[in-house]
Amino acid sequence: MNGLLAVADLRGDPRRRAHDRRMRRLLGGSALVTIVVSALILFVLARGTLDFLRSVGWDFGILRDSSKAPGWFPRRERFDLLTIFTGSVIMGMIAMLVAVPLGLGTAVYLSEFAPSKVRKVLKPIVEVLAGIPSVIVGYFALKFIAPNIVNPIFSPDQPRNMLVSGLAIGVLVVPIMASISEDALRAVPSSLREASYGIGARKSTTTIRIVLPAAVSGIVAAFIIATSRAIGETMVAAMAGGRDGSGPRTLNPLEPGLTMTAAMTNAAGGTDQVNSGAPFQVLFFVGLLLFMMTMTLNVIGDRFVQRVRQQY
Amino acid sequence: MAIVTESQRSVTRSEVHQAITRQKRHIPTIALGVALLVAVSFTLLTLFALLARIITQAIPALTEKGSGFLTDTIGSEAGKVGIWPGLFGSFGIGLGVLVIAVPLGVGAAIYLEEYAKQNALTRFVIVNIRNLAGVPAVIYGVLGLIIFVGWLKPVTNGGSVIAAALTLAILVLPVVIITSMEAIRAVPLGLRDAGYGIGASRWEVTRDHVIPYAMPGILTGTVLALARALGEAAPLIMIGAITGLLPETSLSGKFTAIPMLIYSWSGRPDSGDGSVGWSNAAAAAGLVLLVLVLAFNVVGILLRNHFEAKRVGS
Repeated sequence: MNGLLAVADLRGDPRRRAHDRRMRRLLGGSALVTIVVSALILFVLARGTLDFLRSVGWDFGILRDSSKAPGWFPRRERFDLLTIFTGSVIMGMIAMLVAVPLGLGTAVYLSEFAPSKVRKVLKPIVEVLAGIPSVIVGYFALKFIAPNIVNPIFSPDQPRNMLVSGLAIGVLVVPIMASISEDALRAVPSSLREASYGIGARKSTTTIRIVLPAAVSGIVAAFIIATSRAIGETMVAAMAGGRDGSGPRTLNPLEPGLTMTAAMTNAAGGTDQVNSGAPFQVLFFVGLLLFMMTMTLNVIGDRFVQRVRQQY
Repeated sequence: MAIVTESQRSVTRSEVHQAITRQKRHIPTIALGVALLVAVSFTLLTLFALLARIITQAIPALTEKGSGFLTDTIGSEAGKVGIWPGLFGSFGIGLGVLVIAVPLGVGAAIYLEEYAKQNALTRFVIVNIRNLAGVPAVIYGVLGLIIFVGWLKPVTNGGSVIAAALTLAILVLPVVIITSMEAIRAVPLGLRDAGYGIGASRWEVTRDHVIPYAMPGILTGTVLALARALGEAAPLIMIGAITGLLPETSLSGKFTAIPMLIYSWSGRPDSGDGSVGWSNAAAAAGLVLLVLVLAFNVVGILLRNHFEAKRVGS
């Protein structure tokens, strides 16, 4: 001990530093796993899409069924993309017609109107709704929404149809719409509300003219992310949509319909397990399209969420 | 000089008084409040209708079978089915999530919050994780079908519980990472500075201070991820979970899970003679799944609330 302290002494025990470096590599490795997962998803979908296009001989005409009754009949090699795309869009739109008023209404109530005691009870209930598995909502669609709501009012030909499925998907995305919008509404600084009250505005005026416009980007984000979930929802569409893997193109919500997701599960787990050829490989092609659609929506939605964070 | 006469002043005063004491109702505010209450009650009604439907439909099947419903194998008659193979599969999936997704996810979160430099690569990794969280479940099923059922066949022996557990672990990985990152970010900087100040290495500070402090948040993420994995059915359809009879449960053979049973049974026709039908069996399986998933969710929400309350107090 000569009382002098060298820089090397402050660096600490080399063994401890080596251990720290090992942990850093290990933890960094687990972060890299997520990149590998994304790369594998893209690789698997792209490779399968190429296989599909090769087995139909790069004939893109096969994706536009121009016969009299166009439809999605994979077993007969008729892959009319528009059939499953319109199915997804129609059920998605019905779902959002349910989710926007219920979800946004719940969010505004929770954030602006509910006394804090009510809020403490109500918010966990909405979160419980968010935790209900989609297969149970599918059961609810088949055994409650179809027989007790849609059939008595619209009396469709088939108990399982796009309206039943769309309403149930709506039930599933209400909590997503509600929780993202509520976050946006609560991010609006209370000084804005106080300023509004200060110049004599009422609660309704403050909510509609001050708080909602201030939170608009978050509400748009909620809408976009909820839409993405509605389009990606599989179980409800497969259980209540009414078509087992094939069907004609239709725009009537009271008729059975097929979504992109349901077409995928049917191609993979159909009754006769032919895991080869175009009828099977088409699931990769549909998967790639679905992946790109939901990813685009999610990226745009995330941008809007970030904007809310930056504003306040 | 009086600009306002005494009578005018008293009118204004009474108006202001009425407005402040809410004696005078403001119609638009009431209308908006009513509209919002209608929206909230519809949301609540849906939840209660769903729960009521599942419970009332489940009771006949559960009273007929009793505890045998949980321990018996899948039968070919609605009144005689059990869900043991489904419970076995779901248990395996839950275990897979705990063993694979939680360590990987927490590790990644620690790296991104404690070690990674703020550069383009880190930002890319984080954006990528957010995107992965929004990828539809059915796409993870495609990934599982090719990677875990196909490429890793020597390990998983095809469409087995192991393949399902791996697939769902990958599916919930982003959820675990995002919630863990939030929990780690909430750890006060002073705690880290104190550790570094006495010469601890980054890993020592993380292990002894950051992780214990962030533990409730990490647990919340774990519990929510488990609940999500137990309820997913779409990826299981993709990787070939079976819906028919399954006399033997094993790690390497064919498998099923509770959501798959509900999916399959709700599509089967009922006899219609008032006896216990497939829809009762599906509801009973649904009730078991709901109890499991909601219990996990409630634990997760309570943990998070407890955690938030503590943060405000500290």
